Amino acid sequence: MLKVENLHLWRGERHVLRGVGFRLEPGELLHVAGANGAGKTTLLRTVAGLVQPEQGEVYWRNKLAHSLDSGYAEQLAYVAHDAALKSDLTAYENLVFMVGLRHAVADSAIGLTLAKLGVAHCANLPARALSAGQRRRVALARLLLSEAVLWILDEPLTNLDAAGGTLVLGLLDEHLAAGGLALVATHGELAIRSDRARRLELT
Amino acid sequence: MWTWIHKFGSPPHFYRIAALLTPWFGWIAAILIATGLVWGLVFAPADYQQGDGFRILYVHAPSAWMSLFTYVVMALAAGIGLVWRIKVAHAVAASCAPIGVAFTASALVTGAVWGQKMWGTWWEWDPRLTSELILLFLYFGYMALRSAYDDPQRADRASAVLALVGVVNVPIIHYSVVWWNSLHQVASVAKIGRPSIAPEMLVPLILMFFGFNILFGAVLLTRVRGEVLLRERSADWIRALVAKS
Amino acid sequence: MTVRTGVLAAVALLVRRDLRLAFRRPSQLCNPLVFFLVVTTLFPLSLSPLASQLRDIAPGVLWVAALLSSLLALEGLLKSDAEDGTLEQMVLSGQPVVAMVAAKTLAHWFVGGLPLVVISPLAGLSLGVPPAAMWVTVEGLLMGTLTLSFLGSVGAALTVGVRRSSVLLSLLVLPLAMPLLIFGARATDLAIAGEGAAAPLYLLGALLALSATLAPFAAAAAVRIGID
Repeated sequence: MLKVENLHLWRGERHVLRGVGFRLEPGELLHVAGANGAGKTTLLRTVAGLVQPEQGEVYWRNKLAHSLDSGYAEQLAYVAHDAALKSDLTAYENLVFMVGLRHAVADSAIGLTLAKLGVAHCANLPARALSAGQRRRVALARLLLSEAVLWILDEPLTNLDAAGGTLVLGLLDEHLAAGGLALVATHGELAIRSDRARRLELT
Repeated sequence: MWTWIHKFGSPPHFYRIAALLTPWFGWIAAILIATGLVWGLVFAPADYQQGDGFRILYVHAPSAWMSLFTYVVMALAAGIGLVWRIKVAHAVAASCAPIGVAFTASALVTGAVWGQKMWGTWWEWDPRLTSELILLFLYFGYMALRSAYDDPQRADRASAVLALVGVVNVPIIHYSVVWWNSLHQVASVAKIGRPSIAPEMLVPLILMFFGFNILFGAVLLTRVRGEVLLRERSADWIRALVAKS
Repeated sequence: MTVRTGVLAAVALLVRRDLRLAFRRPSQLCNPLVFFLVVTTLFPLSLSPLASQLRDIAPGVLWVAALLSSLLALEGLLKSDAEDGTLEQMVLSGQPVVAMVAAKTLAHWFVGGLPLVVISPLAGLSLGVPPAAMWVTVEGLLMGTLTLSFLGSVGAALTVGVRRSSVLLSLLVLPLAMPLLIFGARATDLAIAGEGAAAPLYLLGALLALSATLAPFAAAAAVRIGID
């Protein structure tokens, strides 16, 4: 479903992505591993369509992902290193906007998802009043509400305690079981069931 | 034809071809400009109204024309680089900017000198002069935007968008003397029908136009070679070139 | 299967969000307005406060002040969203980036440019602009500030990845805004002299139409480059 071919990308003089390619089918997770600076974030952003590679292509359902009519962006959700929340808006308002841009979402759905992630009490607090862990959980709420098929997660376990980490892995399991795809970058290890996960090491 | 374009767009090939062409461009430009200058400054008859003062036209008009032409080349190259991702195109756009500044400044300065003689004032805020000044600021803005980005690819792309946005100014400058009541005179050469300028004065002007154009080519090719060297400095083909020499 | 949000609904959502954000910081809301008023008082202070002389320079002063205060506010158009990552999320939402940028520009003008237009008669009066010429001034500034917002959106988008970009932004936007200044000041000039100001006003309208239709495309392209 997702096919990445021969990505080459330079940042100035540095050849950051050197012919990276992989395939991902429904129910599969690709764990992108590598040291800091290896290009994990760059790869994720390139697959998401935020960065243009010098060479190489990304295919979604056998069509070029970044062409205008592919509907690719609507089917993916990207959770970056920062939580992408406006500090002056409450968690609830942030979600209404971010998810509302994609599709209609009921208030109850937002409430339920926040509760599922353990931050229901944060719904009406401005984002700047939330801790880093809480912000991360709200970002994950956005992920769930987006109903995206492809999840692109950059260091999803940052700022989360052990319970939070387990929660994320559980969510990933559910997502994969439902036929979703996931691209996850971490510099450490990812404790996911091995028959669903593959690993791509970036150097 | 695509292979030819791709060859031209590839840095090592471009470097080689440009090196071959530059001396030709340079010498032809030198001859044309020398001939044009001598003819225009010495041998052409004095103007009926302005006397000898009009001779600055032979530098002013080609400079002004080239300031517009350079911008168009820059915008075109930037556009090609943006759409087709050709590295040499971006190098061409980057190289055009300083040349454009030089031509625009030359046009403005020679224009001011001429204006002082003809209209009694160094400067007037009329449409053509103002829009030419805006062109100078556009060139500066382009160069400033380029230098604000550390990442060369982003610098290339952002400045390409700026160059394309600013292209709107070029027809405004050219037609400003037609659309508004301007102090500046209307076009006497680049118009439909017979040029309204005497042939003895026209020929050296045409020589200067061509000379400036070819000079632009020579300077541009040299600058682009420099840009290419800078951008590709760690590439293998450059190391091979240095090893050979 | 949920209903995909249409472009107009997305634009409305974004405008509402931006307005809500702007009103959550009311003190920052007033800055461009206060700046406008302060600049218009600087000129009579530094030049002669003679009514007749003030009236001569009034059109220029009003327009330069409007231009400068708009430029001051422009940096905030995209910076905040770029910094907290919401800009890229908007690009990834699948909604056309052109619409997103146009929506942000409109909201930005509503909060920054429109109050300026509303308060301009006050500033004009203080500079000795006769009440008869006020309507032309307001019309001109209405179109002018909106055009400036659109032109500025291109500059803001081009400099979104640059730190401390306010000076660069002004350098990029000012050359594009010069024709605006010329026509706008001319309109007020003509109105003060009692003549018809239709010609420059039409030209201002044309500039608005041109920038409103073209600038969002350029700005969208620049945003994509900026989040690279």
